[in-house]
Amino acid sequence: MSIIAVRDLSKQYRETLAVDRISFAVGAGQTVGLLGGNGAGKTTTIAMLLGLLIPTAGTIHVLGHDMATDRFAALARMNFSSPYVALPHRLTVAENLRVYAHLYDVPAPERRIAELAGELDLAALLDRQAGTLSAGQKTRVALAKSLINRPDVLLLDEPTASLDPDTGDLVRGWIERYRAESGCAILLASHNMAEVERLCGHVLVMKQGRVVDEGSPASLLDRYGRADLEEVFLDIARDRRRAEAAA
Amino acid sequence: MRGGRRDGRTAAMRRIWGMMYRHIALYRRSWPRLLELTYWPILQLCVWGFTASFIASRANGGAVLAAGSLLIGGVLLWEVALRSQMGVAVSFLEEIWSRNLGHVFVSPLRPWELIAALLGMSLLRMLTGVLPAIGLAWLLYAFNLFAIGPVVVLLFANLIIMGWWVALGVVSLILRHGAGAEALAWSVLFGFTPFSAVYYPVSVLPAAMRPVALALPSSHVFEGMRAAMLHGEIAWTQLGWAAGLNAAWTVAAALLFARQFRGARQRGALLNIGE
Repeated sequence: MSIIAVRDLSKQYRETLAVDRISFAVGAGQTVGLLGGNGAGKTTTIAMLLGLLIPTAGTIHVLGHDMATDRFAALARMNFSSPYVALPHRLTVAENLRVYAHLYDVPAPERRIAELAGELDLAALLDRQAGTLSAGQKTRVALAKSLINRPDVLLLDEPTASLDPDTGDLVRGWIERYRAESGCAILLASHNMAEVERLCGHVLVMKQGRVVDEGSPASLLDRYGRADLEEVFLDIARDRRRAEAAA
Repeated sequence: MRGGRRDGRTAAMRRIWGMMYRHIALYRRSWPRLLELTYWPILQLCVWGFTASFIASRANGGAVLAAGSLLIGGVLLWEVALRSQMGVAVSFLEEIWSRNLGHVFVSPLRPWELIAALLGMSLLRMLTGVLPAIGLAWLLYAFNLFAIGPVVVLLFANLIIMGWWVALGVVSLILRHGAGAEALAWSVLFGFTPFSAVYYPVSVLPAAMRPVALALPSSHVFEGMRAAMLHGEIAWTQLGWAAGLNAAWTVAAALLFARQFRGARQRGALLNIGE
């Protein structure tokens, strides 16, 4: 059974069709990547999955709940991380995590915060204000927030954007470990092709609001005859194959 | 469901507390924010209290003394409405300023729970701001607001509720217009002051302004305050009007909020509302 089931999903803003009849599914323990350039519709898709945005057409079911009519039942078992949505800067890391532990009704919140601090190497940061942290530290805290309720569904919007290679690698490692331990379904939007190749078993390539191709990273590489996903991405983004054929 | 999560009322109360805790933690660490809560009520009290003292010292007679008391009572009670309104609107703005709304709205927090948390914070902020001013009025001017009796609770309650529905209207406008509507959080209720008959009876107003005044709960509350302070009476009719108007305006503000919240979800404004 699919944990996330999206069917014919569209979002229209006045004259702009941001997402155009996309359908996909994510199963338990699966990580699906959303790949696409700026404005391809990735963030809009994630916002609709989270209930932040009402679709113009189509349906979204998460954990069996229809997000149009029963989103709060699903949201309690979902979580989200994005470098573009901040945590209150004046609160300490511990206070921020405590707030979200309450919002997600996490049992024994202090124990959960201590667990996450251990797993994500945050113990030394718990009493520091979130606004004083480096980009890498903020990302780890955001990841801790997104794991506070041990979600069954995790939506990650560019989770390693602006991170140095070392921290980015650590974050990817934590995501892999959490998925393996929990069987969580993960939808990952990223511009980092190496990250998508490493984490995702299935990739949806979006362009101008549509899913223009999909498959496992290996099958996409085969199909496009490329050595890495970045080349595949450029083929699709720039219509290179069509251009090459015409030449 | 993993982790033994609970459903129902307990979980709702916890979510409301979570949002209140977020603001309490902020105030605990920020003395300028705490100072701001008490600064304006005390400033207003001092300006109008000394004005009333000056007038009372220049003219003898019970009527002048009573007018001075009405002035101080009006200042203190109007601060209840002002602080209640700002308490909701500024707490909501704190979420926008910290770019945290996206996280809040993807949590299981229901919109009504967010509002309940904002109202709870508004109550705490109002009490923190107004109680010291009430104490200072007693120390500086020997004015005891509570001397008018238990009716003061009804006056307080009506003004708090009025502050809340006005704030809900402001929050709705922020959801619709983003930061462009931010200034209303501080200014909107000041515009109601002339119509609220805080320092004078509604009968003083020109005929054209009276219907507007009578449509506001505050004008009935202040008529009730004057009845209590001048005649020791509880003006049940005025209080009934205030309560009825508050109920009607609250329903209207709640409908407006629901409409604008849905509109924000349609436009995608919940992620970038600060822009």
